[in-house]
Amino acid sequence: MTVESLYPRLEPLLAQVQKPIQYVGGELNAQTKPWDAVRVHWALMYPDAYEVGLPNQGLMILYEVLNERADALAERTYAVWPDLAGLMREHGVGQFTLENHRPVRDFDFLGVSFATELGYTNLLDALDLAGVPLHAVDRDETHPVVVAGGHAAFNPEPVADFVDCAVLGDGEQVVGDMTDVHSAWTAEGRPGGRTELLARLSRVEGVYVPQFYAVSYAADGTIASFTPNRDDVPTRVAKRTVMDLDEWPYPKQPLVPLAESVHERMSVEIFRGCTRGCRFCQAGMITRPVRERTITGIGSMVDAGLRATGYEEVGLLSLSSADHSEIGQVAKELADRYEGTNTGLSLPSTRVDAFNVTLANELSRNGRRSGLTFAPEGGSERIRRVINKTVSKEDLVRTVTTAYANGWRQVKLYFMCGLPTETDEDVLEIAELAVEVIRAGREAAGSKDIRCTVSIGGFVPKPHTPFQWAAQASAETIDHRLRVLRDAINADRRIGRSIGLRYHDGKPGVIEGLLSRGDRRVGRVIERVWRDGGHFDGWSEHFSYDRWATAAAEELAPFGVDLAWYTTRERGEHEQLPWDHLESGLDKEWLWDDWQEALNEDEVADCRWTPCYDCGVCPTMGTEIQIGPTGRSLIPLAVVGAGRPQDPAVGGGPQVDVAVDAAVADPVHTH
Amino acid sequence: MARQPDGPPPPPTVQRLRLRYTKRGPLRFASHRDLARALERALRRAQVPMAFSAGFSPHPKISYMGAAPTGAASEAEYVEIGLAERRDPEAVRVALDASLPPGIDVLECVEASAGGGALADRLDSTRWRIDLAGVEVDELDAAVRALLAAETVVVAKRTKNGPRDIDARAAVVSAAASGEAGRAILHVVVRQVTPTVRPDDVLAALAAVADLHPPLPPRAVREAQGRLDDTGEVADPLGPDREAGSRCQGEPQPV
Repeated sequence: MTVESLYPRLEPLLAQVQKPIQYVGGELNAQTKPWDAVRVHWALMYPDAYEVGLPNQGLMILYEVLNERADALAERTYAVWPDLAGLMREHGVGQFTLENHRPVRDFDFLGVSFATELGYTNLLDALDLAGVPLHAVDRDETHPVVVAGGHAAFNPEPVADFVDCAVLGDGEQVVGDMTDVHSAWTAEGRPGGRTELLARLSRVEGVYVPQFYAVSYAADGTIASFTPNRDDVPTRVAKRTVMDLDEWPYPKQPLVPLAESVHERMSVEIFRGCTRGCRFCQAGMITRPVRERTITGIGSMVDAGLRATGYEEVGLLSLSSADHSEIGQVAKELADRYEGTNTGLSLPSTRVDAFNVTLANELSRNGRRSGLTFAPEGGSERIRRVINKTVSKEDLVRTVTTAYANGWRQVKLYFMCGLPTETDEDVLEIAELAVEVIRAGREAAGSKDIRCTVSIGGFVPKPHTPFQWAAQASAETIDHRLRVLRDAINADRRIGRSIGLRYHDGKPGVIEGLLSRGDRRVGRVIERVWRDGGHFDGWSEHFSYDRWATAAAEELAPFGVDLAWYTTRERGEHEQLPWDHLESGLDKEWLWDDWQEALNEDEVADCRWTPCYDCGVCPTMGTEIQIGPTGRSLIPLAVVGAGRPQDPAVGGGPQVDVAVDAAVADPVHTH
Repeated sequence: MARQPDGPPPPPTVQRLRLRYTKRGPLRFASHRDLARALERALRRAQVPMAFSAGFSPHPKISYMGAAPTGAASEAEYVEIGLAERRDPEAVRVALDASLPPGIDVLECVEASAGGGALADRLDSTRWRIDLAGVEVDELDAAVRALLAAETVVVAKRTKNGPRDIDARAAVVSAAASGEAGRAILHVVVRQVTPTVRPDDVLAALAAVADLHPPLPPRAVREAQGRLDDTGEVADPLGPDREAGSRCQGEPQPV
């Protein structure tokens, strides 16, 4: 089969749209393969704008893993902005991939990574543009199998009508298994058509095929039953977990766009999973256990990535990077390696801990000293006990002051608003904290030239967390608390002018809440919103609360439920939740107990350093914590002297020899 | 007093290289900021020993000039880079060209001659070739004549600060029409004035004087950029540096 390039028909349209470079491909490290040379074709999509989607690590990893297979190819596609989407519809040009501008319609799989539920309307937009029927049951063998992945796939019920499969957990291995299934089915002459293909896929561990399950509802609107409608599919679907991250050093060749993106740096994932036990954090709950990349594994990835990209900053990524068992050594030895090369190293936001200031100092030695970001999340000590992110007010002020004393001029603090049991007083403590931080900071820095930015997000309860039963705060509550906080910060302008406050109103959070904890009935709302023109819901200029509220009111009324039922209603212990058949490994009883402990303001410690508290993941999934220290170290990369050019390099820059691991011990596996 | 970073100042610029590069194929859709990003990263991958500015936020010494607009292709974009160590210009050209994506091709690299003046001063005009598919040569020819006959042609230009009326005619040095199968081609030399008169503005002028409305989006290529010479041609802006360089040949060249 020959697949035509849509580029000749797309090109005249590009002259008429904003930022056309995002649609032409040709990124550094992009891969192209001949269509007919492989059996299985994957289109990988991030359902948001190119500038947001391109840096996504998950998509880059799967892109490389699939393209390394001899029998498969993977190309990328992103959400098309309305200006071009309109022209494409007018001229009959379908959703295309960037590598060869092939029609998405012609691929075997369309894999869509949902980091957030607000991408759902963009999925419908892409399917429609691609000419793929919106509803899974309306598709035939000629259409791609639409696969949802990413964290939101842990409750795919709201998009159950639109996707053929949802994949739970780490994607590295499961995409290979799915490719094998498709390849075998094709080799056998596609027996049983699409239904048989989906049935085979449903037997791959980690793959959930919603159309093979039926849901019924009780009179009070809750789920009465959830049952398979075939006897050859599993009753529960468990997530996939990749062990030994050093065996998966992806992305090896990160994509570098010409266009500007939201992350102008390369990233190395230093560990996966988190057991800090922050009760609001879905990522920390669904990605257990902690699996560290070793210091030498990190060193080689940083080295290879910098050579492959030319980026001048490396982010050391994870859910809580300062918790890596070798982080101090990683920071120091990487900073040593890249001394004098204008290469910056950075951590994402960290816990509030004085050690993290030392780390940041070390990491910023060679590069630009931008701001420092901490995430206390809760305003008061009481609410921080509720969310299990304990730090005392004194420690918090002391840590931030230390940062100012060390020459950081800009500190950003992340908080949430609308947490369970929260009152106005909890939120008002954020203002007290910020004021104290600035007072102490000015004294420590000996200057008034310091700033503190308080960034607040509305809390949205997520599936597979202890807060999955909680009542979400209403938009009015959030807006009220943000208002009193703003007034408190501005009460004293002499201090307040050094404090920036960044927040959004509470309404988008309510819709995110509907989509997060929704069931299959919510699919009607998504489709209605999309039909009424909704898309790019993560962008305030496109998001319309009224459109969502109207659609929810009208589409949910026949079921006797509404927006508030899904969001501000507290769930009971024995209510069947829409995602109960999807296995993150967490024991539901443990989650409930942890929810009760939250209400009692009781803390739970991290199982990396204290005995196991039986969250259930390791025994259920057959996994274990993988942490160091390994005892290894990074030896300095020999810098080749100036004036000895090497082809194709000209020499003199951060030219380095291949890293040699000074291995003295294997990683320590506990549990 | 402004704060200064600790430590010694960065090493000074010891060599300035001037490069001519292209924007071809799909990369004509790159903006000047996209190109700047691509170039800076390619310089790092090619390990060109760049000189950096001082301060808390050191930047590599790169001077961009006269970027072609987004959507326009170019055979003649220019940039000057400052190096902290001397390098053979041709080695830099080859390494950088290999590091840049296909379509951004480095065609020339010469060392700036001492006392030869600023490169920007040698770039005051552009020769454009604008392909107009679906337009008859006669039609374009008549429009070009009408444009050249007019004393001023005011067109509305979109700027950052909203629409602004500019005289597109004043910047046009010469214009001519030719034809190929199914298309007319406009050859036009435009003086680089402020605000810039771009291919779109020239086409707006043709629409104003002769009601010329191409049925398909026009495709513009900057064929040459340089100083306008006495004959109305665009001179090679790297010529003076190349001549100075060849005069110095025989001197030992540090690699």
